[in-house]
Amino acid sequence: MEVEATKKEELVPIFIMGKRYEVPASLTIQKAMEYAGYQLIRGCGCRGGICGACGTVYRFPGTYKIEVGLACQTVVEPNMYLTQIPFFPATKSVYEMEKITPSVETLVKHYPELLRCLQCNTCTKSCPMDIEVMDYIAAGMRGDIARLAELSFDCVMCGLCTSRCPAELCQYNIAILGRRLYGKYVAPRAEHLASMVQEVEKGKYEQMLRGLMDTDEETLKNLYTSREIEPEQADENWTPKDKTYL
Amino acid sequence: MPYTSELKQLIKKVEATRAARVEAKRRGEEFPLLTLKEREERLKKYHPDFKEGSRKEIRVGPNKGYSISPEIVHILEAKSRVNPDVIDLNKIAYETDVLILGGGGAGTAAALTAQENGVQVLIATKLRHGDANTMMAEGGIQGATKGTKDSPYYHYLDVLGGGHFKNIPELAYTLVTEAPKVLAWLENLGCMLTKLPEGQLKSLHGGGTCRKRMHYAADITGAEIMRTLRDEARNRPEDIKVLEFSPAVELILNEHGHCAGAVLYNLETEEYFVVKAKAVIMATGGSGRLHIQGFMTTNHYGATGDGLIMGYRAGVRVCFLHTVQYHPTGAVFPEQAEGLLITEKFRGAGANVLNIDGEQFVNEREPRDVESASFIRECDEVGKGIPTPTGKVGIWLDSPMIDILMGEGAVKREFPGKFILFKRFGIDISKEPMLVYPTLHYQNGGLEYNSLCETSVPGFFATGEVSGGVHGENRLMGNSLLDVTVFGRIAGVSASRYAKEKAKEGTLNLDHVRRYHKELEEAGIVTDRVAPMLLPDYSNPNVRERQLTAHYLGTIR
Repeated sequence: MEVEATKKEELVPIFIMGKRYEVPASLTIQKAMEYAGYQLIRGCGCRGGICGACGTVYRFPGTYKIEVGLACQTVVEPNMYLTQIPFFPATKSVYEMEKITPSVETLVKHYPELLRCLQCNTCTKSCPMDIEVMDYIAAGMRGDIARLAELSFDCVMCGLCTSRCPAELCQYNIAILGRRLYGKYVAPRAEHLASMVQEVEKGKYEQMLRGLMDTDEETLKNLYTSREIEPEQADENWTPKDKTYL
Repeated sequence: MPYTSELKQLIKKVEATRAARVEAKRRGEEFPLLTLKEREERLKKYHPDFKEGSRKEIRVGPNKGYSISPEIVHILEAKSRVNPDVIDLNKIAYETDVLILGGGGAGTAAALTAQENGVQVLIATKLRHGDANTMMAEGGIQGATKGTKDSPYYHYLDVLGGGHFKNIPELAYTLVTEAPKVLAWLENLGCMLTKLPEGQLKSLHGGGTCRKRMHYAADITGAEIMRTLRDEARNRPEDIKVLEFSPAVELILNEHGHCAGAVLYNLETEEYFVVKAKAVIMATGGSGRLHIQGFMTTNHYGATGDGLIMGYRAGVRVCFLHTVQYHPTGAVFPEQAEGLLITEKFRGAGANVLNIDGEQFVNEREPRDVESASFIRECDEVGKGIPTPTGKVGIWLDSPMIDILMGEGAVKREFPGKFILFKRFGIDISKEPMLVYPTLHYQNGGLEYNSLCETSVPGFFATGEVSGGVHGENRLMGNSLLDVTVFGRIAGVSASRYAKEKAKEGTLNLDHVRRYHKELEEAGIVTDRVAPMLLPDYSNPNVRERQLTAHYLGTIR
């Protein structure tokens, strides 16, 4: 179904693991592999650029440069020599979130190899999401958890950085530890959330909800239609006129 | 591919009306919302669910006579991948307390609470752990968390209004009352929800919400939730084991009629093998890859409705499958991004939807089904859609308005994922609008279950998109991430409790599969279709013709 629409198009040569195929010029690497006859099991996930299953490396003849991309997001180019790296072994440290602190000590305890970083920047150059990988690793080494979290936020954990790191770091697992430390310990807590949880647990809304559940459809429709709608441009402090059901 | 010169010309019409639309928005003037009656008329006339040929009767099983999408009927009226007479159920490859089928948001949340309840968990998943629709959910997760303006009462009303008042009340009640607890749970796990400097969760409207209660993690909310839950599951390796590339193909029952395991298939070595369990949770997700009515889809590669047929064969009824959700805004340009989800959060943040003349024709925040039907009407009947170079048609989504309304840089900051993606194609979505059209998005219905995630088969639990009832006939945005976390956690608790207290040892069998095959035969259904499908068929027909010695079972070689 996905390949048919493109039949009439111009074909370009690509080399999948060194083997030549001619594929329509507009296809992504992923669809080009399917066009060539592959049924993907590894190396294919969301097909939308977020799951990190389809990390791909490629090169063009006569150039030294290694290019990277997600197969589902990268359009084929003539004469690309490509292979997918659907899996690369990684270290994953086990930790109890309740018992750790947001500090460089935590990062180093769980990933001592962090300190082996050579600052060669190969990780950054290997990232298909254009993340400043080396910079977030540097932030981690400084104990700047907030910066580590912020810089690594778009990471899809495809593992291409890890596959090329001469210091053998597993950057993306260090990053998720950093982000979880940030989310749990560094970012201020949402107090309104904690108080709402308390109110719900005390059963504050029980009766009003049971009331709605027992109501007939006509009454429900009226309640629905007449409910007050928060204006889109309202700020955080907006409150409704009717506070009966708050 | 950047916009063609023709499209760039058309964008000028959008720009021409933009200043006035932004001003109107600032004054709080919105394009009028449809009344309930108008909504109904629009759906009946333009929604794909009501199109001729969009429904077909199921001829076998517990819902015999129920009419749903033919594409789903086809997987229900299909044979098992395994011959019950050939597989040896005495050869048990793995044994566990709780077996979870599916490693997405619901399955992983279930694994965590089951483990906390002191049982051994095995997750079997088709692709990698976390390869699921959860990962792809962008816009947010609903929850009434701001007591000065919102409460579960209003969330409940919105959920029912979106679902055409057909939702199962007890399920909707559970969804809205558990919502704040689940958000607090995620915050405590270290999930990076987007916050104001003092710690309040940022929140926006979604289609059909009366309060801004859609919380988010930039525009990759699902990915942030999924990777956090997965990391946490990986922190408990002694108790939570994961089998990747090993989808379930059949449930196993025992002599008492209780669910007692599943047959799995190793996609790489092509072996079938048996897992014995005290309780089984079905968390296989949705079915967008069935491409209902030929629609493109936002769904994950593995979303082929596997859990529906496995549960149905075991005797569990299905419900609410007569409606399918089309997300109003799937990308139609550039071609490489076709079908890609453009989160509803763009509209929640103020972006108008516009026709070829740069005019509004519907409020951008109607519930999804109404919004989609309105797009289809504007393109097909009114004829004011925007033609794309590949012969498709789309509607403008005016993202640059967001930078004007919220300040320069807002699009890049709030939608980093989509910003980068379109930038790669040579389109700056903070300056140029996006072209969108409805795309197959969500399975509103599914296996029947209750608010404890129990089904009619003892020992068999359902959770997440594979189940049906909580969203009625149409899910609101931000309620699927909520669904998977709320009911995932509940399924884990219920299944682990069952495993500890109620599970009864007994001889394993696949008699339900034999009965189902017999029923197919008696209904005169002669078919070589097999289900679950496992993976969609995107093979090249020319290649297939030359595969002279290949043998396919269903879509799999």
